[in-house]
Amino acid sequence: MTAPTRSHIKTLKIDGKDYSGHEEETILDIARQNDLFLPTLCQIDGLSVAGACRLCLVEVKTWNNRLVPACTTHVEEGIEVLTHSERIDNYRRMILELLFSEGNHVCAVCVSNGNCELQALAQKLGMDHVRFPNLRPVRVVDMTHDRFVLDRNRCVLCARCVRVCDEIEGAHTWDITGRGIDARIISDLDTPWGSSDTCTRCGKCVNIYPVGALVEKGSAIGEMVKHHDFLEYIAEMREARE
Amino acid sequence: MTLYDDLRSMADTEHEKERRYGYCLRVCTAAACVSQHSDSIKKAFDAEVKARGLDEQIQVKGVGCMGLCAAGPLVMIDPVRDNTLGPTLYEKVTVEDVPEIVDALAQKQVVERLERKMDIPFFQRQVRIVLENSGIIDPENVDDYIAADGYQAFSHALTSMSPADVVKEITASGLRGRGGGGYPTGLKWSTVAKASGDVKYVICNADEGDPGAFMDRSVLESDPHRVLEGMCIAAYAIGASKGYVYVRAEYPLAIDRLKTALKQAKRKNLLGHSILNTEFDFDIEIRLGAGAFVCGEETALMASVEGRRGQPRPRPPYPSDHGLWGKPTLVNNVESYANVATILRKGADWFAGIGTEKSKGTKVFALAGQIENTGLIEVPMGVTLREIVYDIGGGTPQGTELKAIQTGGPSGGCIPADLIDLPVDYESLVKAGSFMGSGGMIIIDNTADMVNVAKYFMDFCKSESCGKCIPCRVGTAHMYNLIDKIDRGQATHADLDLLLSLCDLVANTSLCGLGKASPNAILSTLRVFRNEYEAKLLDGHVGAQPEAK
Repeated sequence: MTAPTRSHIKTLKIDGKDYSGHEEETILDIARQNDLFLPTLCQIDGLSVAGACRLCLVEVKTWNNRLVPACTTHVEEGIEVLTHSERIDNYRRMILELLFSEGNHVCAVCVSNGNCELQALAQKLGMDHVRFPNLRPVRVVDMTHDRFVLDRNRCVLCARCVRVCDEIEGAHTWDITGRGIDARIISDLDTPWGSSDTCTRCGKCVNIYPVGALVEKGSAIGEMVKHHDFLEYIAEMREARE
Repeated sequence: MTLYDDLRSMADTEHEKERRYGYCLRVCTAAACVSQHSDSIKKAFDAEVKARGLDEQIQVKGVGCMGLCAAGPLVMIDPVRDNTLGPTLYEKVTVEDVPEIVDALAQKQVVERLERKMDIPFFQRQVRIVLENSGIIDPENVDDYIAADGYQAFSHALTSMSPADVVKEITASGLRGRGGGGYPTGLKWSTVAKASGDVKYVICNADEGDPGAFMDRSVLESDPHRVLEGMCIAAYAIGASKGYVYVRAEYPLAIDRLKTALKQAKRKNLLGHSILNTEFDFDIEIRLGAGAFVCGEETALMASVEGRRGQPRPRPPYPSDHGLWGKPTLVNNVESYANVATILRKGADWFAGIGTEKSKGTKVFALAGQIENTGLIEVPMGVTLREIVYDIGGGTPQGTELKAIQTGGPSGGCIPADLIDLPVDYESLVKAGSFMGSGGMIIIDNTADMVNVAKYFMDFCKSESCGKCIPCRVGTAHMYNLIDKIDRGQATHADLDLLLSLCDLVANTSLCGLGKASPNAILSTLRVFRNEYEAKLLDGHVGAQPEAK
């Protein structure tokens, strides 16, 4: 029998309490297993991690108080992690402010109002105002698809759609072009979504998108169907009373 | 006799022929001089020498960069067998000057109106390791490189050293990454050497993109084989069989020279299968960048080599265990590789004897901006900024006053003129609020507006952000807008405070080095030149404001 040479189980401290985790697990995994809240936006279980939204940043005291994304950082023996502090919470609110200032994130006119991860995060983290003027980069809405709509002005570039289409559906219809503030989601080689040869119309991108950038057609319009019958009914009843 | 000795004796035979000439006339054919038509000048010399039947006495040779780019096109005449005339350097040569120069040479005279004296500190104070062949050998002739001891270190490593010995030697030399970070090269090599896996890769990062930096371009244009040899030695040390040079497409001449060098090296069996009759196989391919600065970041670079969108990903995992196509990968910069062969040839102790305690060897700098001697220099680590700017660089032109020195590109910062006696090494520059960077050095005089300088770099970072992480994508856009507002004289202290809190956010939360370092230009100028910012604020009062928190 061979003696075990090393352990795969690591113990660590999160917010002063002791936890354990497998070396394959991330700080985010451990936090979720133990009902510790960490805000996330680009991360979604089932897809590869991107480490892009920076909302799940945690402070590792044992690494010179460095901030690392909890979603990509694997647990290590003896690390001391802080999930909340004034500094981290401020950073998270400010990151949300930046997102809100980037495009059209006006909840009142959005189809995802009430079902939006960005809106929920802003409420939860207490981001109640935006100090930056809106950047309003020129972004084109694609309504060419018969079932779905892409409104790039509402996109947060989390790239969930890119990943689900590539990793789960295997179509890789979506990708990103341009850079910096001009980065944007494109279908195929920047051709209209409606004419895409690769899109399978599966709707996975629409369903896992955190905000109202990808929606099903009719989800906004459907609610706007006018019901005229009430007038006829009321008029008839009034006439009957007279 | 090993194969290398064959190569060497062939090269030496070639060289023997060269020794029969009276003089060697070297024409710079690197980008700066070519941009002023030095290629036509070389052709004119060829024709002129031939027309006068002097082609037995005068050898005309296209060479790499001689360093003093501001005075280009440069032509150097070196005595070979005939010593009547000492080494002569001609500056700002035109095609029309060619007959006069050849006339004078035939009569063993000097054209005084074109002569640039070489007894100046620019030439005397440099220590050349990386640039030892630049301006001397023909970059398009592998025999020239071999005759200058080229590939000797590689051959020696293959036949008489174990890979572990090579790593040990590089570690002992104290060489640190010349791309900017200063990570110990030997440590990096040993990490990749120890990583498990049969397939490993070597990458040369030639995606030089800092504004004002042209060191790597010049090395590739002047002495490409030196970089290839460094990569070959690294591949042997870590056990790689495939290498990539990632070079930006904006460097067409460097790419041409690299291609020629690769072809020649393959023909000489210095690359390919069973290199120099040993069991070592190694091949190098060129990959061109498509104009994204962020592809100089190693994880973005690797994504680009793989054919994907050049975006960084979080580290760890580091390339040393999860690199190109998930395999252990060594990524070093052009200048780091360019030091390797010389270290093996002359020994780690020799190299460690140059420089300071923690920064060994030399560093190549590209002098740009308001300086007399714009060009390329190589100095030992630890020389002071004063020596670089005033002695070697010749000071600011027209006697304007020096204001600051910008080092490290957009990730670096501005060092104020009163720190002119700062020694140039990795630690000192960081302490002064800047960064070694890849070697771009922009000299700023008192005619410059520092808010405007910071705005320029902010614009650069904003345009080069890849857009993946929110703080850098949106943060740099707002930072640019705010500094632009200050520059236009429309901002208040509230805007400055907002700018500072953005700087703090972006520096601490961005995904990669580009975002993390993007506030440096603002922070380093604000620290020293706060009064210039104050003067532009609507509610600013010059010099009366306390330092920022």
